Amino acid sequence: MNDNAKPSGTRTKGDVLLEVRNLQIEGESDEVWRPIVKGVDLTLKRGEVLGLIGESGAGKSTMGLAAMGYARAGCRISGGSVVFDGIDLLSASEETRRKMRGTRIAYVAQSAAASFNPAHKLMDQTLETELREGKRGRAEAEKDAIELYRRLRLPNPEEIGFRYPHQVSGGQLQRAMTAMAMTCRPDLIIFDEPTTALDVTTQVEVLAAIRDIVDQFHTAAIYITHDLAVVAQMADRIKVLRYGKSVEEAPTREMLTNPREDYTKSLWSVRKLGKQEQPGGEPVLQVKNVTAAYGNAVRVLSEVTVTVPRGRTVAVVGESGSGKSTLARVITGLLPPIQGDIVFNGKSLPPALKERSADTLRRIQMIYQMPDTALNPRHTVYETIGRPIEFYRGLTGAKKEARISELMTMIEMDDSYVDRFPGELSGGQKQRICIARALAAEPELIICDEVTSALDQIVQEGILQLLMRLQRELNVSYLFITHDIATVRAISDEIVVMFQGRVVQQGPKTQVLSPPHPPYTELLLSSVPEMDPDWLTNLLARRKVQPEAMKAGDR
Amino acid sequence: MTVTHDTGSATAKAAPSISQRRRRSVAGNAWRGFVKAPFSAKFGMVIIAVYVLAAIFAPMLAPYGEAEVVGAGYQPWSWQHLMGTDQLGRDLFSRLIYGARNTVGVALLTTILSFALGGGLGLLAAIAKGWIDQVLSRIVDALMAIPVLIFALLLLSIFGTSLVNMVLVLAVLDSTRVFRLTRAVSQNVVVMDYVEAARLRGEKLPWIMRREILPNIMAPLVAEFGLRFCFVFLTISALSFLGLGLQPPTADWGSMVYENKMLITVGRLTPLLPAGAIALLTVGVNFVVDWFLHKTSGLKE
Repeated sequence: MNDNAKPSGTRTKGDVLLEVRNLQIEGESDEVWRPIVKGVDLTLKRGEVLGLIGESGAGKSTMGLAAMGYARAGCRISGGSVVFDGIDLLSASEETRRKMRGTRIAYVAQSAAASFNPAHKLMDQTLETELREGKRGRAEAEKDAIELYRRLRLPNPEEIGFRYPHQVSGGQLQRAMTAMAMTCRPDLIIFDEPTTALDVTTQVEVLAAIRDIVDQFHTAAIYITHDLAVVAQMADRIKVLRYGKSVEEAPTREMLTNPREDYTKSLWSVRKLGKQEQPGGEPVLQVKNVTAAYGNAVRVLSEVTVTVPRGRTVAVVGESGSGKSTLARVITGLLPPIQGDIVFNGKSLPPALKERSADTLRRIQMIYQMPDTALNPRHTVYETIGRPIEFYRGLTGAKKEARISELMTMIEMDDSYVDRFPGELSGGQKQRICIARALAAEPELIICDEVTSALDQIVQEGILQLLMRLQRELNVSYLFITHDIATVRAISDEIVVMFQGRVVQQGPKTQVLSPPHPPYTELLLSSVPEMDPDWLTNLLARRKVQPEAMKAGDR
Repeated sequence: MTVTHDTGSATAKAAPSISQRRRRSVAGNAWRGFVKAPFSAKFGMVIIAVYVLAAIFAPMLAPYGEAEVVGAGYQPWSWQHLMGTDQLGRDLFSRLIYGARNTVGVALLTTILSFALGGGLGLLAAIAKGWIDQVLSRIVDALMAIPVLIFALLLLSIFGTSLVNMVLVLAVLDSTRVFRLTRAVSQNVVVMDYVEAARLRGEKLPWIMRREILPNIMAPLVAEFGLRFCFVFLTISALSFLGLGLQPPTADWGSMVYENKMLITVGRLTPLLPAGAIALLTVGVNFVVDWFLHKTSGLKE
């Protein structure tokens, strides 16, 4: 078999492998069964890759599991049929279904780190199903696993299997899990958001590896994701789900160029959000030559210099471990730097949080990545937003309530939400409340730490638009930390690229985003998936010519 | 149609002010929680209510005085003395009712003290970390190394057996367990972003302890309160049985078992009644605690 990536769509398709008819799944909450999947049909031929997309809660993962005849705890399959290669999985005995899973149908979960048992070596876990089935001896199976590791382009395929899960990176774990799924050469693999938790640079590697191996073994696959650009690279056909119903289904190219339904069109248009770059003015915040470390050993930031002009957005981009979030901790005073200066409004700030005055703290606010952990679950919206108003401005009673109403209007929500607890709000609403909490302090600078990465694309767009509007109205500055280049394109005025604790490149948006790029910026930018179904193929072809760019990403 | 619906829906009415709405929803949540409670929890709540009422209204409910000698010793059950009399001829039913007041009251006070002490220090240790945590934790480890009952006996024989001493000794010994639990559950909350957000806002330690962390660890603490209450209660009864607890003539269930223990040898059930009272309350409290834990921790199956 050759190792080259072939464009999808050229493979030969066989007869029908999986046929799902009128599938209905219910989930239990508060002792009431509510429908999650409401009558979805799905047909998959041998060797075909079907992309399932939709927002969170659309029923994608539930559908994926149902294709194995499985419903997770708290769910039940209440109607329809799932026929896999002539066997009705729903009426078959549990024993039959269990035999099929792992051998003929395999599953690759979103978080490989959480799916591997940390106490066993990768090889033992890779071979578990195969050895249990007793098809091959251990030595032969190991040889085959090493071959799979090689094909998935894992570094040191000979020895990587003898490491423990915590000794390899997230991207490598995800590939090891794909190898595990492949050991019995299943007819069908279900990939449930396999690259969502990975950095873009790592994602490219995993995507290429998955696509090649599925291609080589002529395996059928269901690829579940919320990322359209990713699914465009992987799937032959795309099916859009919403609220547990099928919205539309079409071959990939047709779907991308000519979506029929309004909902699909709205999904497609999300990434077109944009902002005219504005030149910087007087600086609000200057980070000068900051070096920071955790403890005495691990240096996380080395001589970082960043300037944020008033009323502008500076995006800090880089993969995980590049020191982006540490930079935020240094600016807020949570981690006093070893050397260097934080200058705010022309004055040098005390390095430690405790030494800063309440008024200084008020001027710099922070919005977090996970609204779930950023809001106290036992405080109502009223308490959450009301506290900074009371704390910084000393307002109580009617004045405080008026201010809360005003803030609720600003974030495009109304007063009826004020008695709710965070658990009674959606993810996007929670993030809006976090924004309101930051605005309540009337800050000059808001540090946004990956504020949209935990949200669905459509919700993301809403939050970004809100942030942009607030900036226009309040002239507040943002330091926007993200790994998502699409977001950076959408909202930033200036960009700072970080890599391993150092600033690699910084400047106005158009300058950073237009070539020529320094090598790391090039790698980062080129790794962002595009809607073009040939993007991955072309990228890999280009990188083959310059293999050194590839190396930086393969960690 | 609209008229009948009017009372049920808050949204149908003219918009009330923000603060009014908040109060209503809290009261509503509490009531809905009670209605949904399973039978065992309701049973437990009824038992606790009966004990509390008996403790509050003891002088009205008891036919005779707490230490009043009303006849000969060891009289059998009769209409005059529902559960007979004890070795000195005091009415056992009256003493049982007064015992609720003494035993339960003292146990409750001790448990509250131990939670104030252990809970407060546990929170402090979790937030402050560093040497404060180390010092407090090592002291607690040292105290926990000695079995509670033996340690209590030792301390009581050093300081003397008064009510105040017993409450203080048991509260301190029991607070070590509360400290460990509070510290452990707080450590999970301290790392949350909302606690960091409060720090960034410039909030002081008392606010972070009381408003940010305490509400989030209430569920395990309340459950632990129920369990610890039972343990303290049993320890007091055990101490009383050994003669180091509540001193006569104060009615106390533990010492009542001790005083009437010889009746067992002649086949009468009387000494089991105070023991049964102890057991029933323990069971009742545990039913309520189980339900509460189940409800708040999200355990479904």
